[in-house]
Amino acid sequence: MLTYIIRRLIGAIAMLIVISMVTFGIFFVVPQWAGSSPEAMASRYVGRAATPETVHLVAQKLGFYDPVIVQYGRFAKGIVAGAEYDYGAGVEQCPAPCFGYSFISGQPVWPDLLDRMPVTFSLAIGAALLWVLGGVSVGVISALRRGTFFDRLSMGTALAGVSLPIFFTGMLSLVVFSYGLGWTPPGGSWTDFTENPAQWAFNLLLPWITLAFLFAATYARLTRAGMLETMGEDYVRTARAKGLSERDVVVKHGLRAALTPILTLFGIDFGLLIGGAVLTETTYTLPGLGQFAILAIRNQDLPQVMGVVLFAACFVVVASLIVDLLYAWVDPRVRLS
Amino acid sequence: MTAPLDVSGSASEARPESVLEGAGKAVQGRSLSRIAWMRLRRDKVALAGGITVILLVLVAIFSSPIISLLGHPPLEFHQDQIDQSTLLPKGDFGGMSSEYLLGVEPVNGRDIFSRIVAGAWISLLIGILATLVSVVIGTVMGVIAGYFGGWADQIIGRLMDVFLAFPLLVFAIALAGVIPDKGFGLEGNGLRIAMLVFIIGFFSWPSIGRIVRGQTLSLREREFVDAARSLGARNGYILFREILPNLMAPILVYATLLIPTNILFEAALSFLGVGINPPTPTWGGMLSEAVRFYTLPHFVLFPGLAIFITVLAFNLFGDGLRDAFDPRAH
Repeated sequence: MLTYIIRRLIGAIAMLIVISMVTFGIFFVVPQWAGSSPEAMASRYVGRAATPETVHLVAQKLGFYDPVIVQYGRFAKGIVAGAEYDYGAGVEQCPAPCFGYSFISGQPVWPDLLDRMPVTFSLAIGAALLWVLGGVSVGVISALRRGTFFDRLSMGTALAGVSLPIFFTGMLSLVVFSYGLGWTPPGGSWTDFTENPAQWAFNLLLPWITLAFLFAATYARLTRAGMLETMGEDYVRTARAKGLSERDVVVKHGLRAALTPILTLFGIDFGLLIGGAVLTETTYTLPGLGQFAILAIRNQDLPQVMGVVLFAACFVVVASLIVDLLYAWVDPRVRLS
Repeated sequence: MTAPLDVSGSASEARPESVLEGAGKAVQGRSLSRIAWMRLRRDKVALAGGITVILLVLVAIFSSPIISLLGHPPLEFHQDQIDQSTLLPKGDFGGMSSEYLLGVEPVNGRDIFSRIVAGAWISLLIGILATLVSVVIGTVMGVIAGYFGGWADQIIGRLMDVFLAFPLLVFAIALAGVIPDKGFGLEGNGLRIAMLVFIIGFFSWPSIGRIVRGQTLSLREREFVDAARSLGARNGYILFREILPNLMAPILVYATLLIPTNILFEAALSFLGVGINPPTPTWGGMLSEAVRFYTLPHFVLFPGLAIFITVLAFNLFGDGLRDAFDPRAH
């Protein structure tokens, strides 16, 4: 087990390094291929009014004339060990996870990312609870009642669910429930959990349900397919033959086997979501990481964009690492292969 | 005394061939695609999806004649349809009339019907071309990984893991956001369409790659491949003549199922404002403009329904196609 954990850990770290390289490449190397000069990139740091000499100086200070490898090394070191920026007038310390400073506000990127975290996390955790419980139970019932009205109705709804973009369902929900009926708060409502938990949940209710509906549809379809397959297995018949109650057969033998692929998917989905529920946050104007990413991209604020992309990638890698380890714990075949 | 068996009449007719002739229609050699087609024909829901897909493609191809026949140019302003004090459409139901079938947009009064029809062209074009890109990359990668195995499989497998772990949407948005206005001999939205096709296709190849790899892995061990190899066939011959033709069915199925995903992807990018630039009409872009007009449900409803119907039609057809090709499904 220990070797397996170590192997997966190394794999995860390697993955993060590759992702950081690709991210760096896209934002620093591709623009240079496309003809953006070091001066043009440096001018973003100093503003439009600067003289060519200042720009040249800043480009030199930020190391835009160095080879790409050196530039990447400096970037990676900033994240791991922090960085120092020498502005001539004084040295500025940028502590450990240093993603640099925003072009627009001049603030360090990392604290901004942390500020946005609770919103996205609240959104993801509530929705995940709803969609896992809802999707899996609907899938199980559909599989057990195959061909009945319930099965057809729920699978029809699920197919519609995977075909509906979240920004459309989100907007419809706002039109109907917030602006039409006035039952739920308008878009952009956010209260911190520590401030008022009831208000927190009330504000997030609509985003939770809309987001959960989208995912529940996929999970219901997958659970149903998995259950249909496992319930036909010999060991399920054996379990029935030895006189287990139907509930035990379904839950302990059928569902348990059907859940493994769903667990993998959940790891990736949840990781992706914590890294920024871009569409949901844009639709409901929630101040989370996804909205942060969109704003950063609109403003062409490279340090912020890189920060949020890497931050998001971290969550996916960590989430799938946890899932893999859980897997190995549940199923001995995984860690032995 | 038993009556002698009268064999004279029927015996002459009892040629083995006649048996075959009589049953000829049923026992005809049936290829996989023929079986699939027979199954698909019985699947009413999938057929409905398929017919809708064909209709949508026709609408997309003939979008300009349709618009000139039934609507107004999608970029044309119709201020006369707008109440200048509220900036909302004058008529009821968002200005729906025989002249403006689905009403007009607030503020500038553009014809929503024409914009939906014109948006179909962009949506399907990007959805289908991006799928082609992923199919090509996915097939090449999947076949190499599955057929050669070993370190090629290791590397490609890891690569697919990396792609699956990427925060794709954030990444694609970031990438789409830095597209220059000019490059590769293209300009403006032409370049954006090309780049979006590439970005979307490039990020969604692992799903096809996985399927192709799995299929190749099992095909490689089949008798006909052994037979070809024992006759002295080279890898190239085996790949193109023995394996690839057998991959066509799964590739077709999963490509059909990838198109709706890619259409949603494009809609999401346009919704977020990093897809096709306005004023060129796209469904996602129309939805993002509708955000400001919550009091006008039709403005939200029509582009949303257009996306929904298109994606649903492709999903229904793709699901049916998969069941038709799946030997276990019946």
